[in-house]
Amino acid sequence: MSQVTSLVQSVDWLAIAPPTLTAAVALVVLVADLFLPTARKPLLGWLATAGLAASALLLLPLLDGRRRTFCLAHPSPATTPGGERSALAATMPDACSYVADHFTLIVQFLVLGGALLTALLSIDTLKDHDLPAGEYWFLLLSSAAGAALLPASRDLATLVIALEVASLPAFALVGLRRGDRLSSEAALKFFLSSVAATAVMLLGVSFVYAATGSLHLSRVAHALAALPDPRLATLASAGVALTLVGFAFKTAAAPFHFWVPDTYVGAPLPIAAYLSVVGKAVGFSGLILVTVQGFPAYADVWGPALAVLAALTMTVGNAAALRQDPDRAHSAVRLLAWSSVGQAGYLLVPIAAAGYTHAPAHAIGATVAYALMYAAVNLGAFAVAALVARTSPANRLADYRGLYHRRPLVALALGFFLLCLAGLPPGIIGLFAKVTVFSAAVDAGLGWLAVVMAVNVVIALYYYLQWTAVLFRPAETPAGEPAGAPRAPIPAALTTALALATVLGVALSGAPQLVLRFAAGALL
Amino acid sequence: MNHTALQILLAGSVVLPLIGALAALLPAPPGLKGKNPDQAVLRHGVTVTGVVFAATLALAVGFDRGHPARMQATTDLSWIPALGIRVHLGVDGISLPLVVLTALLTFLCALYSYFNMPTGPSPKAFVALILVLESGTLATFAVLDLMLFFLAFEMVLIPMYFLIARWGGAGRQAAAWKFILYTLLGSVVMLLGLLLIGVKSGTFDMVALATDNGPKAQLSHTVQLVAVLAVGIGLAVKSPMWPLHSWLPDAHTAAPTVGSVLLAGVLLKMGTYGFVRIALPITPDGMHTFAPYLAALAAVGIVYGSLACLALVRTGAKGDLKRLIAYSSVGHMGFVLLGIASMTPTGVNGALFANIAHGLITGLLFFLVGGLKDRLGSTDLDTLSRPSPGHRPSTSGSAAPLPVATGAALYGRAPRFGGLLAFAAVASLGLPGLAGFWGEMLAMFGAFRPAAGLSRPAFLTFMALAGLGTLLTAAYLLLVVRRVCMGGTLKAPTSPQDTGGPAAAPALPDLARYEYAAWSPLAVLTVLAGLWPAALLGLTNPAVQQLLGGGK
Repeated sequence: MSQVTSLVQSVDWLAIAPPTLTAAVALVVLVADLFLPTARKPLLGWLATAGLAASALLLLPLLDGRRRTFCLAHPSPATTPGGERSALAATMPDACSYVADHFTLIVQFLVLGGALLTALLSIDTLKDHDLPAGEYWFLLLSSAAGAALLPASRDLATLVIALEVASLPAFALVGLRRGDRLSSEAALKFFLSSVAATAVMLLGVSFVYAATGSLHLSRVAHALAALPDPRLATLASAGVALTLVGFAFKTAAAPFHFWVPDTYVGAPLPIAAYLSVVGKAVGFSGLILVTVQGFPAYADVWGPALAVLAALTMTVGNAAALRQDPDRAHSAVRLLAWSSVGQAGYLLVPIAAAGYTHAPAHAIGATVAYALMYAAVNLGAFAVAALVARTSPANRLADYRGLYHRRPLVALALGFFLLCLAGLPPGIIGLFAKVTVFSAAVDAGLGWLAVVMAVNVVIALYYYLQWTAVLFRPAETPAGEPAGAPRAPIPAALTTALALATVLGVALSGAPQLVLRFAAGALL
Repeated sequence: MNHTALQILLAGSVVLPLIGALAALLPAPPGLKGKNPDQAVLRHGVTVTGVVFAATLALAVGFDRGHPARMQATTDLSWIPALGIRVHLGVDGISLPLVVLTALLTFLCALYSYFNMPTGPSPKAFVALILVLESGTLATFAVLDLMLFFLAFEMVLIPMYFLIARWGGAGRQAAAWKFILYTLLGSVVMLLGLLLIGVKSGTFDMVALATDNGPKAQLSHTVQLVAVLAVGIGLAVKSPMWPLHSWLPDAHTAAPTVGSVLLAGVLLKMGTYGFVRIALPITPDGMHTFAPYLAALAAVGIVYGSLACLALVRTGAKGDLKRLIAYSSVGHMGFVLLGIASMTPTGVNGALFANIAHGLITGLLFFLVGGLKDRLGSTDLDTLSRPSPGHRPSTSGSAAPLPVATGAALYGRAPRFGGLLAFAAVASLGLPGLAGFWGEMLAMFGAFRPAAGLSRPAFLTFMALAGLGTLLTAAYLLLVVRRVCMGGTLKAPTSPQDTGGPAAAPALPDLARYEYAAWSPLAVLTVLAGLWPAALLGLTNPAVQQLLGGGK
C-alpha cells in the first residue's frame, strides 16, 4: 500500500490470536514430529487437539466484537497519491484488513470447533490406517488456521491468501493415504478443479481491482456504487462474477460440485468430514463477505445468480443422493457427500436472498445459523460412519442394517443426526434451521426458490429416512457369526467426538435460540 | 379448578407422553418388571396413556363451560425469540373435545395392544412410538403458535411411518413411504404459507392473528390468497381431500389395527382442525375465495368415497374391508370439509361435530376389523363371506338353499361381535340418534345457506351431491353388514371330521373382555353424542361464532 508515513503498524495481537495460535501449534507439531520417537507419536494428536481447543477459547476475550486491526491510516489529502482523487478519499470508509466482529467470531468458532471434532475423529483413524502423524496434524492445523483467518479478512488479497492456506493443505490431506489409488486420484481431481477455480477467481479479483482501485472490501463497495468511469462497469461486473466462481467452488455449489463424491470417498474419513463442514464454512463465509461487504452495488447481478445456483445445487445433490445404491462400496460416504452438496444449496439460499432485501446483513444470519446446526450434526454423522468403518471398511449403507441391535445408543444418535439433516422432529434444530432459511427466502420474495427448496426437502427426507429405517431393521447376520460376540470397545476419542456432537444436537433442539439468534440480528 | 392447575394439566398431557416414550426405551426399574420385559413395557404404555387421559378428563371437568370461546389453561412462554416462536398452549371449545378424543383413543389403543400386541418387532419401540404420536397429536390441538403447530404436525410423521413400516401388513413399506412423502410434501408447502403469514403480519400467534384479521384485515388480499392456498394444500393432504387422498387407503390397509385407529381417529382431524383454527380466522378473505372450490372438492370426495366403497363391496371385487373403511373416511371427511367451506357457524359446528363422530365411529370400525382379522385371518370381503372349504352351507340346515357366497354370518357365529359391527356400520351411515347423524346434517345445513357472498346455487348443488353421498354411504354400509354379519347359518355339520367341536362352523370367539373394555367406551360415546349433541355443540358453538366473527 502507499502508506509511507506509518511503516510500523500497531497490531492487535489478541484479535488475531485464534488463527495465529492454530498456525503456531501447527509449526510446533511439525518440529516436534522430528524429535518424537514413533511410540510417542500419538502425543502429537493430543497436542493438536489441545491447540485447537485453546484457539477456540481465545475467542472468548473478543466477544464484544469490536476489534479490528491492520487498518489503513485515515488517508489525508496530502498523503494520497494522485491529488485529483483526494476529495473522494476524504469520504472513503475505514479500511481494515482484519476485523473480529460477530460474524467473524461465529464462523471462527464453527471452523475451530469443526476442526476440533475432526481432530478427535482423526486420532484413531491415524492409528488404524497408519497415516504419517506429523504431516497429518501439521496439514490439518494449517488448513484450520487458513479457514479461521478467512472470515476475519476484509480485503480481497487476504481473502485469497486465506482461501489458499485453507485449501492447499487439504489437497495433501486428501491424498495422504499412500499407495491408495482412489486417494491419489481424489487428491488430483480436487487439486486440479480447485486450482482452476482459484485462477478464475484471481482474474476476477484483478478485474475488480482494476475497476475500483482498491482491494479493501469496504472501499470496493464504495467505489462500485459510483464508478469513476462508467465504461468500467463491464469490467467490474465481469470481475464480480468471476470472483464468485472461486467461492462457489469451495461451497461445492453446482456446477462446481463434481469433485465432491470422489474426493470424499478417496480421502481419509475425518478429512471428508472436515471438508464437508469446514471447507463449506470457508466457501460460504467468503461468499458472504464478497457479496454483502464487497459488492452490494451489484446485488442485482449476484442475487439472481446465487438463487439459480442454490436451486441447481440442492436439486443436483439431492437427486444424486437419492440414486445411491446401498450395496455399493462406500455408499454411506457417497451419500453423505451428495447430501452435503444438497445442504450447500440450502446454505446458499439466504445469501441469494440477501441480494433482494434492504437488510442483507440480516438475511445471511440464516446461513450462519444453518451452518452451525449442519456442522454439529454432519460431524456427528461422520463420527458414526467412522465408527462403522472400523468394523466394515467398505462402509456400505447395507452395513448399517441392525446397528440398533448392535449398538443402540450409536444407532439412536445417527438416527437423530439424519433426522436433523432431514429437518423432521425429533431433529427440532434441523427443522427450525430450515424454517429460518425458508423464512429468509419468503421474506425476500423468492417464492419460487422456497418452493424448489420445499420439494428438495421432501426428496432429501426420502434418503435420510431410508437410512434411518435401515438402522432399526433386524440384521441379517450369517448363521456362522456368533450372536454374543464381544463388542469391540469404542475408542475414547471417537466416543468424545460422538458425545460432543450428540450433546450439541440435543441441546440445540431443546433451545434452538442458541444458534437461531444469529438469524435475528445483523452480524456484519 | 384454578388456572395453574389447568395449565399444568394441559402442558403435562403434552409433555408426559414424551417423557413416557423415553422411559419406555430404558430398562424397567426394579419392582415394575412384570412377568417379562414385553409385558412390562406394554403396561407402561397403558399407564402413561391412562394418566394422560385422566389429565385431559380433569381438564375437561375444570374447563369453564360458561366461556368456551375463551382460551383456557393458557401457557405462554418465549421459546425462540429469534423467530418469534412462543410456547403458547391453550384450549377452547373447539380443541377441548379433540384433545379428549385423542387421549381416549390412544389410551384404548394402548389397552388393546396390551392384550393383543401386533406382530412385529419389540413392543418397546411400539410403545415409545405410540407415546410420541400421542404427544404430537395432543400438541397439535393444544398449541396456539403457527410454528409450533407445524412442529407438532410434523412430529407425528416419523412415529406413524415406523408404525406402518414395522408393524404393518402386506405392502407396508410402500404404504409407509407413500404416507410420509405425501404428507411431508403437503406440510412443507403449508410451512411456506405459515411463514408468509408470519412474515407479513409479524407474529405467529394464532390468537393474535385471529383477532387482528377480522374485518380490519392486516394481511392483504393477495397474501391471504397465497397463504390459504399453501396452508390449505398441506391441510387438505392430511384431511384428506379428494384428489389428494390417495395415500390414505394404502396407509390404512397396511397399518396395524392400532395404527389405523389413530390414523383415522386422530391424525385426519389435524387437517380439518387446521382449517378451522388457521384458514378460517386468520385468512378469511382468502378462504372466502377458495371456499367454493373446497366445497366442490369435498362434494366430489363424498361421492367418490362412497362409489369406491360400493365398488369394493361388490362380490368378486376382492375388496378389503380395511380399505373400504379408509375410503369411507374420505367420504366422511368430505362432509367435514363441506361444513368448513360453507363458512357459516352451522356448517363449521357440523364439521367439528362430524370430526368427533368420525373419530369415535371409524375408530370403532377399525378396531372391529382388526378383531375380525385376528379371528378369520383376513379382511378380504370375498374371503370373509365365503365359508371356508369344507363348510359349504349345507342343505340340511335351517337356512334355505343359498348360493355359495352368502356372507360371513357373524350374527350366528359371534353374535355380540356381529352386533357391534352392525352398530358401528349403522352409526357410520348416519342413522339419526347416533353420533354420525348430527355432524353431517349440520354440514349440509351449512351448505344449504352458505355465508354471505358465497354462491348459493353452487352450494345447493354441493349439498345435493352430499345428499346423494349419504344415500350411497347407506347402500355400501348395509351391503357390508349383509356380507359380513349375515349369511347362511352353518349349524348342521355334514363332514365327519368336524365332530370334535360343539359347533362345526368355524367357531369364532365372541367379544373378549379386553375387547369390551377397549371398544365399549366408543360405542357408548357414539350413542351419547347422538342423543345429546348439545353437550358438544354447546362447547364448539361460541368458539366458532368468535372465530368467524373475526374475534369479536
